[in-house]
Amino acid sequence: MRWGRCCVALAGLVAVSRPLVAQDTAAIDRGVRIGITYQPGVRPGLVLLPPPTTLGPVRDSLRAILWRDLDYSDRYELISFAGSDSIQVSAPHSLSTPHARPSVALAVLNYPLYRALGADFAVTIASRRSSDTLDITVHDIVAGSVRRVLPARFPALTAPGFRLAVHRVADRIVEATLGVRGIAATRILYLASGKLYRIDQDGADMKTLVSSGDRSILSPGWDHEGNRITYTEFWSGHGQLFVQAAGSGKRRAVTDGKTLDFTPEFSPDGKTIVFSRAIEEGTDIYALNIGDNCCLQRLTVGRFSDNLSPTYSPDGQRIAFVSTRAGAPQVYVMAPDGTDQQLFAPFDYGVTGASNAPDWSPDGQSVAFHREVGGTLQVFVLDARNRTARQLTSVGRNEDPTWAPDSRHLAFISDRSGYRQLWVIDIETGRIRPLLLQSGVRLPAWSPLLPETEASTP
Amino acid sequence: MKRPLLLAVGLVVAGAACGGNKPAPAPAPQASANADSAAAAKARQDSIAAAEARAREDSERMARQRSADSLAALGHTTEAVRSMLGTLIHFDFDKSNIRSGDASILDQKIQILQANPNVRIEIDGSCDERGSVEYNLALGNRRANAAKQYLVTHGIEAGRIDTKSYGEERPLDPAHNEQAWAQNRRDEFQIIAGGDELKQP
Repeated sequence: MRWGRCCVALAGLVAVSRPLVAQDTAAIDRGVRIGITYQPGVRPGLVLLPPPTTLGPVRDSLRAILWRDLDYSDRYELISFAGSDSIQVSAPHSLSTPHARPSVALAVLNYPLYRALGADFAVTIASRRSSDTLDITVHDIVAGSVRRVLPARFPALTAPGFRLAVHRVADRIVEATLGVRGIAATRILYLASGKLYRIDQDGADMKTLVSSGDRSILSPGWDHEGNRITYTEFWSGHGQLFVQAAGSGKRRAVTDGKTLDFTPEFSPDGKTIVFSRAIEEGTDIYALNIGDNCCLQRLTVGRFSDNLSPTYSPDGQRIAFVSTRAGAPQVYVMAPDGTDQQLFAPFDYGVTGASNAPDWSPDGQSVAFHREVGGTLQVFVLDARNRTARQLTSVGRNEDPTWAPDSRHLAFISDRSGYRQLWVIDIETGRIRPLLLQSGVRLPAWSPLLPETEASTP
Repeated sequence: MKRPLLLAVGLVVAGAACGGNKPAPAPAPQASANADSAAAAKARQDSIAAAEARAREDSERMARQRSADSLAALGHTTEAVRSMLGTLIHFDFDKSNIRSGDASILDQKIQILQANPNVRIEIDGSCDERGSVEYNLALGNRRANAAKQYLVTHGIEAGRIDTKSYGEERPLDPAHNEQAWAQNRRDEFQIIAGGDELKQP
């Protein structure tokens, strides 16, 4: 108990020093941890206890990935013990169960201690005897009982599916504690030097997906199941659209590349791709049935204006898009057959800057886009019901927002560090973090929650 | 674009080399007259034959020279016209209207296209990096077609002009400042057919 009092005192000390970040002012979090890291706020506190040492090399990766996933969910005040990896001998298992049998640990976890630390939940990891299954146990500290036991098996540390399997466990922890779906098992597509890359939402496991010689990739996007991606291959003024299986990498062309086709977007049912096509009289939005590869339908007829960058509402009943019908590009909305076109994001004629790159949130309630403000670009979010837009960012140039499946995180490109890099903002807390340090990146696209089995055909 | 240009330059160089490296013409006619006045019949016969041979050689060489010169001249004209046709036009930020100063550049292109009815061109529209990546593809398309529209309304057949958009994907100057951006907001003009020999308008 002496140890417990000490922790509580430290927690109190640190508590006043770090206010909840709610504005776009966050620099890179250096992760300096003194004593107990404690981020005060109204979010539930969560303690992630170290996995047993018997796990071997998997142990560190497992803990680090879970910690980061839960941290990046921005739904918890994570409580950690300083240097707990190096002082494993006195780690919470021995603290709570001096005779250290993992199965016993569940029963006698020191709930009052963790409650005093501000924890609402604790997560313990124990390996089953003579089995490679782990039991991830979610404890409800306040109720003083086990909330749920999640059995989990992981592929080998070096196997390609390892990280995604851990991400899925993080999402199950979020589900077990808060009853909502997490975003850990997701990936983000982005472009750099004309190539298409993919990265886990926590910034690890980068992989080149498409590298097409002198053709550069543009406008990547996901289908609504996370099975397929679509993108433009651009060369010499031509743009050809492709659909590719996220798992196997097999792909097929859906347009012939004779014209400039770009900004492809899957319909929620996955049967249609809407896209922009630039022809002599201007750029307009078309829909193509990709199941039968037929029935090209023109949705807008601009003649003296451009219409581009379509994004479906998740119910498939509306398409938001960009139009220059009033001069500068602004965000409009229409029915999926092209009828009922109207202004979506309000603007002051001749005053409001150009607005581009809309992305409709998975919950249907918001449309993120970027707008020119004072000679640079800033990310805005439009409330789809009352049609009011609010500015999310203000530091540097911020553009091309893309929604996470939880409809509260956005990835976007920002040059706030001096280079164009990929950043993530949580619009609930205002927390902003860099996703990866690679510079010169463009056009990110956040996946939905990825399916357990990857599709192999495009 | 690249190969015909190189070919034309090659011809110019070849023509110059042909003219420059030959020795100065021998003073054949005068020599022949002197020999005649010496009145040595046999020697005269020989001399005439030799002179004729030299004259033949000379005229052949002159013919070669003339043809090389005219090819070189033609190359120079083609090059000059090609360069005029390739002059860039530029745009204001987020605009696709032809600037008044650039209209005269397009007027010159109209004359060239009228003087060379077999020439077909491609207009490539580009943007600076300040706008949005995807919107810039639409804007580049509009810029290329603004120039095409200008040429067509002044009598050039629409079928002779292709247009392409490069958005912000092909900057001339990769720097991130106003000077570079102004350079990059442009239309480029390329000859895609009938450009081997160009006439001055």
